[in-house]
Amino acid sequence: MSVVTLTINQQMITANAGDTILQAAKDAGIKIPTLCYLDGLSAHGGCRICLVEIAGSTKLQPACFMKVAEGMQINTETHKLKEYRKMIVELLFAEGNHTCSICVANNHCELQAMAMAVEMDHDRFDYIHPPKEIDISHQRFGIDHNRCILCTRCVRVCDEIEGAHTWDVAGRGGLAKVIADLDQPWGEADSCTSCGKCFMACPTGAIFQKGDSVAQTEHPRNKLESLVMAKDKKQWHV
Amino acid sequence: MARLKLATLWLGGCSGCHMSFLDLDEWLLELTTFAEIVYSPLIDTKKFPDQVDVTLVEGAVANEDHFHLIQQVRKNSKLVASFGDCAISGNVTAVRNRFQEALPLLQRSYIELADVQKGIPNDRSVVPALLDRVRPLHSLISVDYFLPGCPPTAKHIRMVLESLPSGKPLSLHGNQLKFG
Amino acid sequence: MLKIDLEEIASKEIAARKPNRIHCCTAAGCLSAGAEEGFEQFQKEVDRLGLTDTVQVAKVGCMRLCCQGPLVKVQIADSTNSPFPIEDKHGTIQNNNQIEILFHQVHAESAKSIVAGFTGQKVEAVRGDFQSPFFQNQVSVILDNSGNVEPERIESYIAAKGYKGLYQVLHHFSLDEVIHEITRSGLRGRGGAAYPTGIKWGTVAKNKSEKKYVVCNADEGDPGAFMNRSLLESDPHRVLEGMAIAGYALGSSQGYIYVRGEYPLAVQRLQIAITQANRLGILGTRIFGTPFDFRIDLRTGAGAFVCGEETALMASIMGQRGTPTPRPPYPAEHGLWGMPTLLNNVETYGNIAAIIRNGSDWFAGMGTQTSKGTKVFCLTGNVVNTGLVEVPLGTPIHKIVYDIGGGAVEGNTIKAVQTGGPSGGCIPAEMFDVPVDYDSLAKLGSILGSGGMIALDNTNRMVDVARFFMQFCMDESCGKCIPCRAGTVQIHRLLRKILAGSADHADLDRLEQLCVMVKDTSLCGLGQSAPNPTLSTLKYFRSEYESLLKESDSTQRINLPLLCSSAQMGNQEQLSAETKGS
Repeated sequence: MSVVTLTINQQMITANAGDTILQAAKDAGIKIPTLCYLDGLSAHGGCRICLVEIAGSTKLQPACFMKVAEGMQINTETHKLKEYRKMIVELLFAEGNHTCSICVANNHCELQAMAMAVEMDHDRFDYIHPPKEIDISHQRFGIDHNRCILCTRCVRVCDEIEGAHTWDVAGRGGLAKVIADLDQPWGEADSCTSCGKCFMACPTGAIFQKGDSVAQTEHPRNKLESLVMAKDKKQWHV
Repeated sequence: MARLKLATLWLGGCSGCHMSFLDLDEWLLELTTFAEIVYSPLIDTKKFPDQVDVTLVEGAVANEDHFHLIQQVRKNSKLVASFGDCAISGNVTAVRNRFQEALPLLQRSYIELADVQKGIPNDRSVVPALLDRVRPLHSLISVDYFLPGCPPTAKHIRMVLESLPSGKPLSLHGNQLKFG
Repeated sequence: MLKIDLEEIASKEIAARKPNRIHCCTAAGCLSAGAEEGFEQFQKEVDRLGLTDTVQVAKVGCMRLCCQGPLVKVQIADSTNSPFPIEDKHGTIQNNNQIEILFHQVHAESAKSIVAGFTGQKVEAVRGDFQSPFFQNQVSVILDNSGNVEPERIESYIAAKGYKGLYQVLHHFSLDEVIHEITRSGLRGRGGAAYPTGIKWGTVAKNKSEKKYVVCNADEGDPGAFMNRSLLESDPHRVLEGMAIAGYALGSSQGYIYVRGEYPLAVQRLQIAITQANRLGILGTRIFGTPFDFRIDLRTGAGAFVCGEETALMASIMGQRGTPTPRPPYPAEHGLWGMPTLLNNVETYGNIAAIIRNGSDWFAGMGTQTSKGTKVFCLTGNVVNTGLVEVPLGTPIHKIVYDIGGGAVEGNTIKAVQTGGPSGGCIPAEMFDVPVDYDSLAKLGSILGSGGMIALDNTNRMVDVARFFMQFCMDESCGKCIPCRAGTVQIHRLLRKILAGSADHADLDRLEQLCVMVKDTSLCGLGQSAPNPTLSTLKYFRSEYESLLKESDSTQRINLPLLCSSAQMGNQEQLSAETKGS
């Protein structure tokens, strides 16, 4: 495989041709913030948190999708990008009902962590407070749409790793939501194998284990990593 | 040197932020060396003073009394800080906003779910009217400073209060800005 | 397959024509105004008066002046010997001694009267005028057949030189020659992005693959735009021919037309056209007896605006949820089912056959240096004449708005035109000298887009216009990326707040910041262009925004009106008024 040389934040790195910018950065120990991306799943490109600036292009590109090229000059931490990331997080908080203090995932939430990373101290946008439902019809898990950021990790993990494709997205714009099977209560979705991978993948408190109280939910991401490794490399972690 | 005039306010919130304030423990004595608490639920003052240097506002704006009070607070304070998640985002107090308006909320609480004496309390001299939606402080008055947390830890409160005499409160960063 | 002779079909068709013809527009605009009723009345009257040998009634496509529909064009073969009483020659076109008379608003009564004209009686119907500036300032390239050929009869299209271009290409052009010809013509994509068509074709052609696809984007969804609908309803074969030529040039054997479900008539006419073309061996296998196979299938959209975006459109064709994906990879290399795919707009394909027939020089002779050819616009809004307008690219806006459009309705003045729909912007009246071409409009912060042109006069509030388009984008956002999904909602709220008079300067700043952010960070064209109407009205009509702001008070900021529920405890009006007003 051929190798290309490029710079990220003035740091010269090498990467395999065909890698995404995100992958190349990770290999070089440079952290690009992400929200909808999850290792082992296909990229989604929806959260726009990983947007980077590429010299010579006026368009910002998602690092999770954009492939590296020889001589690319990438910036990931410009003032503009930081401001945009902060606004994206503020938009998310204004759009849903992410009340951290009473969330099962408090202290273990990627959205909450992202808010700290972008140093959001208040939301400049109006809170919408939409009335959204909570589905606890499944025996083991529940889904709280108030906390869903539509990253579609659950959709992808269910389709790509478990192969069940129980989850998908329905509706448009602000009314878009994750649905089980044909928009039925999760507990009645026949295709669901109750494997819990969606729970492992969820970045927020949207998909939770029943019985968890405030701040108790920790998504067991390491289990998912083992599964991905088993699938991709045909070997299990020990 | 004259001591700073410090006020704290308790709007629609659980008083947890004030409890956290009390967790400053013996440092409170040190605080009094450079600041004087001129208005607070912790002391007995009826009227918001005319000239205040810093006001910490706990809680969201939920009723008409809050609404009128914050106008006065803004007018009489040099610096206003949103103190805790409720003031900044509405937090738990704003959970009722899913009703969109006050009346359905009151219906639900005082009529549908009431066991005895069904009826919405309506003596305005006793209970102030609710706003239709609970609002964060900065959506109604300009706010100079934000101190998130539910509640903010005593450590962070102290960091901010300590920096007050310099005239410019310290900015919190990264993990110090944690909601919840 | 059977070898067909286009000349033979054409001459047969022409021979069967009767000397006098009544052309009824049956495109959706006139149909909704009651064209069907007029058409039936014409037939009835022709039968009743025994004129069937000399008068033919035909359903044709759009005649452009949609605001005056139902439109009817009467053609009389020999003006010197016409039984049809024509009091004055005004409003007619003479061509080989043939007269064409236009009638407006033709319903049953006027239809009756028009037919009676053939028996020498006085005609009582609203006369139109082909000599009026509306028609005289226009050209006919794409709309050449509209109003002349019968969209539901392939013979009628063939008689108008239809499928000659395809025949020519299959017999006399190599693949490269076709692409070369299109490149030389300077044709640019008519869907809005204006990418050079020849280059796009070349890219797809160069990508080696067993299977390639040719897709026609007929998911026209901009408010106030109906060029594609009109073309598909009036002249569907023109689009099929263009696609087949593309299929030949690219080495593709499968085409799809993605047409929006809200265009039932276009779907129906396309279906009829495809069936007829298949039957004649013009589409399908071994076209015109050559080894070239090309099949066209229809795919109907389910009402999502975002499916006009190419990656979302392809997802929808493949049976998936119509959401966009980041580009690169572009469809030209990785399109439908991972194969190289050509995606062009209806109007782009509509130009192809004419370019092949008349040569690229002919096409490049029209328009400007960088924008060649003609463009169809939908002129709507507050002008006298609304409808379809075809002009060479580079025509100044004032010519379209004032000469063709007839200017503002009485008592009003035109303030701006909105071009490019929800992705475009507003151009103020002071800049109406600007030629309408891709580059000039882009410089002004608008886009030519797919061709919607909405005239706004002094009765329109620009903030309201911006709000309307923002609401459209908000409702049509697919919800995949956050800036578009949540950002449009917040922009819309801010615009509403400004309109309600409760916003201040800080809100206006926030509006601008958010618009720029949504533009820069959204995933697809919908989100990236959604702030354009707001940004361009802010640029040219900032004073209208500012006049709605309340005095900013450094100590007090009231966002939306704070309403206490009035039923709660009696006298709440006081507080409501206070909070609203402050």
